[in-house]
Amino acid sequence: MPQPLVQIEPRSPHGDWRDPKVEFRKGTYCFSALPKHLSYLGLPNPREWQPHDADWKLPANWKQIILDGMKDRLEKFRSFRLFMDICVRCGACSDKCHFYLGSADPKNMPVMRAELIRSVYRRYFTLTGKLFGGLVGARDLTEDVIKEWFYYFYQCTECRRCSVFCPYGIDTAEITIIGRELLNLLGLNINWVLEPAANCFRMGNHLGIQPHGFKDSLEFAADELEELTGVRVDVPINRKGTEVLFIMPSADYFGMPHYYTLLGYMLLFHEIGLDFTYSAYASEGGNFGLFSSHEMMKRLNAKIYDEARRLGVKWILGGECGHMWRVLHQYMETMNGPADFLETPVSPITGTRFEHARSTKAVHICEFTADLLYHNKIKLDRRRNDNYVVTFHDSCNPARGMGLLEEPRYVLKAACNHYYEMPENTIREQTFCCGSGSGLGTDENLEMRLRGGFPRANAVKYVKEKHGVNLLTCICAIDKATFPALMDYWVPGVQVAGVHELLGNALVLKGEKQRTTDLRGEPLPDTAQDTPLDTKADRKADDTGGADA
Amino acid sequence: MGIGYAIGFVLAVVAAAALGGLTGAGRAFLGLLLPYAALAIFVVGFCLRVVRWASSPVPFRIPTTCGQQKSLAWIKTNALDNPSTTGGVVARMALEVLLFRSLFRDNRAQLYEGRYVFGESKFLWLGALAFHWSLLVILLRHLRLLVQPVPGFVVALMNADSFFQVGTPPWYLSDIVLACALVYLFVRRMRDPLVRYISRFSDYFALLLLLGIALSGMLMRYVTRVDVIAVKRLALGLATFHPVLPAELSVVLLVHLGLVCLLAIYFPFSKLMHMGGVFLSPTRNLANNNRAVRHVNPWNYPVKTHTYAEWQEEFRDKLTAANIPLDEPQDATKIATQKAKEDAPTVSTN
Repeated sequence: MPQPLVQIEPRSPHGDWRDPKVEFRKGTYCFSALPKHLSYLGLPNPREWQPHDADWKLPANWKQIILDGMKDRLEKFRSFRLFMDICVRCGACSDKCHFYLGSADPKNMPVMRAELIRSVYRRYFTLTGKLFGGLVGARDLTEDVIKEWFYYFYQCTECRRCSVFCPYGIDTAEITIIGRELLNLLGLNINWVLEPAANCFRMGNHLGIQPHGFKDSLEFAADELEELTGVRVDVPINRKGTEVLFIMPSADYFGMPHYYTLLGYMLLFHEIGLDFTYSAYASEGGNFGLFSSHEMMKRLNAKIYDEARRLGVKWILGGECGHMWRVLHQYMETMNGPADFLETPVSPITGTRFEHARSTKAVHICEFTADLLYHNKIKLDRRRNDNYVVTFHDSCNPARGMGLLEEPRYVLKAACNHYYEMPENTIREQTFCCGSGSGLGTDENLEMRLRGGFPRANAVKYVKEKHGVNLLTCICAIDKATFPALMDYWVPGVQVAGVHELLGNALVLKGEKQRTTDLRGEPLPDTAQDTPLDTKADRKADDTGGADA
Repeated sequence: MGIGYAIGFVLAVVAAAALGGLTGAGRAFLGLLLPYAALAIFVVGFCLRVVRWASSPVPFRIPTTCGQQKSLAWIKTNALDNPSTTGGVVARMALEVLLFRSLFRDNRAQLYEGRYVFGESKFLWLGALAFHWSLLVILLRHLRLLVQPVPGFVVALMNADSFFQVGTPPWYLSDIVLACALVYLFVRRMRDPLVRYISRFSDYFALLLLLGIALSGMLMRYVTRVDVIAVKRLALGLATFHPVLPAELSVVLLVHLGLVCLLAIYFPFSKLMHMGGVFLSPTRNLANNNRAVRHVNPWNYPVKTHTYAEWQEEFRDKLTAANIPLDEPQDATKIATQKAKEDAPTVSTN
């Protein structure tokens, strides 16, 4: 019998955490970035190297670079300075990280991940650390420490789950973001982050799709929709003077199963007659700059407002993507605003003013669609999704960086008949990461991804066994890209979909032909075929967990 | 290793203070000089630490949202765990500081037959809450030594605290709770394998020092029966800057005082500064109104981007072939000029 690749076993931590030695074992780390990407982006120290090499070819003054970089960031980020100082090591976070739960490696406890850098901070930036050294948890900065940082800062998905439980709100994502910034100063980056970043900078999107490819892809989708529904949708690209600029992650038009979500958006926009445009220049909502440095985040994000300005739109609508929304919600306007050349978003269909987005002028598609549904502006036949028993994975960034919890559920419950929640310690603000976020979703890192994704898969397995769940929905492009492998390994038989895929299935279009398949080309359930549309099927979702009319 | 050093260090301090309490010079040092020095170090150190935190700006508004956002009018917002207003933030911080809201969420992940189960885990929250609140009550009770006449609320607090009237003098509930909580936190640190792995000298030392203070205080109140009048003369003398050193002061009191001074000196250099830091944490003390109100980063600087005009030039042939509309040259220039104007660094305060 073949041995399973990954087994999860409890293990008590042992040894002294101050020993920085790590073993770069295949399957648990990501490969280095190719020098051409560093050169293209103008990043320091482009060269050939790999994490498993003994010599990382650091610049001669690497230590000074790191210490100067730390000093600079301590002065620029209150979060960093504060989080270096106030941890009491209470241990509340110790079992909250999916990588710790999946690997039992004690340095994956959030508190330890931060201590890796805190120990250096104490040694070089605090009086007690300079005087008492190891006694107060200070460590010298050595090359081994740098390697340890690389290993563990690329073993954190910046999901912020630990931050929910910390009595001081210490956010490991802040530590990891700054840790990676420091590593970037030495040219220590991973290819899965930098290649998409370089592509995005040049072509406009992570996947490196050029404008004609972008157009082909969308038109192919329109052709396919015509076959499926008999309705021809419009594909406006770089059209000036429209009301809305629609931004989505590039995986939506080039990846599976993201593509079905794109079909859902397209049908929706057609049905409501939205005056909008796609952009081949701002053809990426996601932002792998976030996984590299604040500066890279800003460089890649700039094109969204620039394009909105150039096209003369009124506001921005954003698709399903987790870290894209972390950036759009918490960083975009601070970095590249003010967005005073746009107007407060107003739904042209319902007249709802999205006051909560009055400054950035960016609305999440789930907010937009939930509003349409609430006002009964679109007709759904949810029986078309009767083959699916659905659960929803709260993607980390919309959950813990926005609080977008009810909107996607409202859409889902309107679009399908069989919906079940996973256990409460694994959803909403306590949601478990897919294990592949923040640029770690690459195949050479598969073992660590399967380990990190285990707690999430575990919860899916629970609802699969209890309720027969066979579809895991989410609103994040990285989730959609990496959950299929995770499900195949831990919970075979569960498929992955976006919220707007189910909406697209259920959406009753004016003038559509009798649909025989869903957007995946799978036959529709019999329930949706036998009888004409049940008017009850398009009633408003009754249970919205707190929504009241 | 850390734990041995911590025990040894605290015992050494106790012994030194006890020996010092037997000599004239030692008594003067412990009763007169050290309290002022400790107070000065505490106040200056604490302020410097807070000022240093505050001098680093908050470039981005990064609250950790722990509930439903405020978006559509008909969706119920979780105003406490995801506040969008200043009032909400004050309420969230109050819950955090007074009731340890986040710690209350704690749960324990346990592996049963290859799957994780998340069990209730409220002991850390309870232990922490018991410790901090009893310490606060005890500190407030000590005001009776420093203020004359004793304020009414302090008398009321003392009466409530000794409500059960057990023992003579009556035992204070807060003393017992404090000692029990400290013992629990200490034992937890030693016994829980995860917490033991992350614990160091500083963690054990802080607990042991506090335990030493609690035990010496209880010893003199309940066992050796300290001369309260003498203590009050000492305390009032120190508070009014007319220090006197009554001869009746016991060695236990001087040990107690010495440990308190050590705590005050140690405080600004240690993790105990979380007391001030908790108020400054940007993931908790900011409203999640990011999309409604622009947050300004005081050091925001222009970066190199790939502009539309550059992109269009690079892909002109492909854009033309794909029939995607192009900008006229003058459009591009206009945008570029407008953009350059807006990118010019502006001075702003945050």
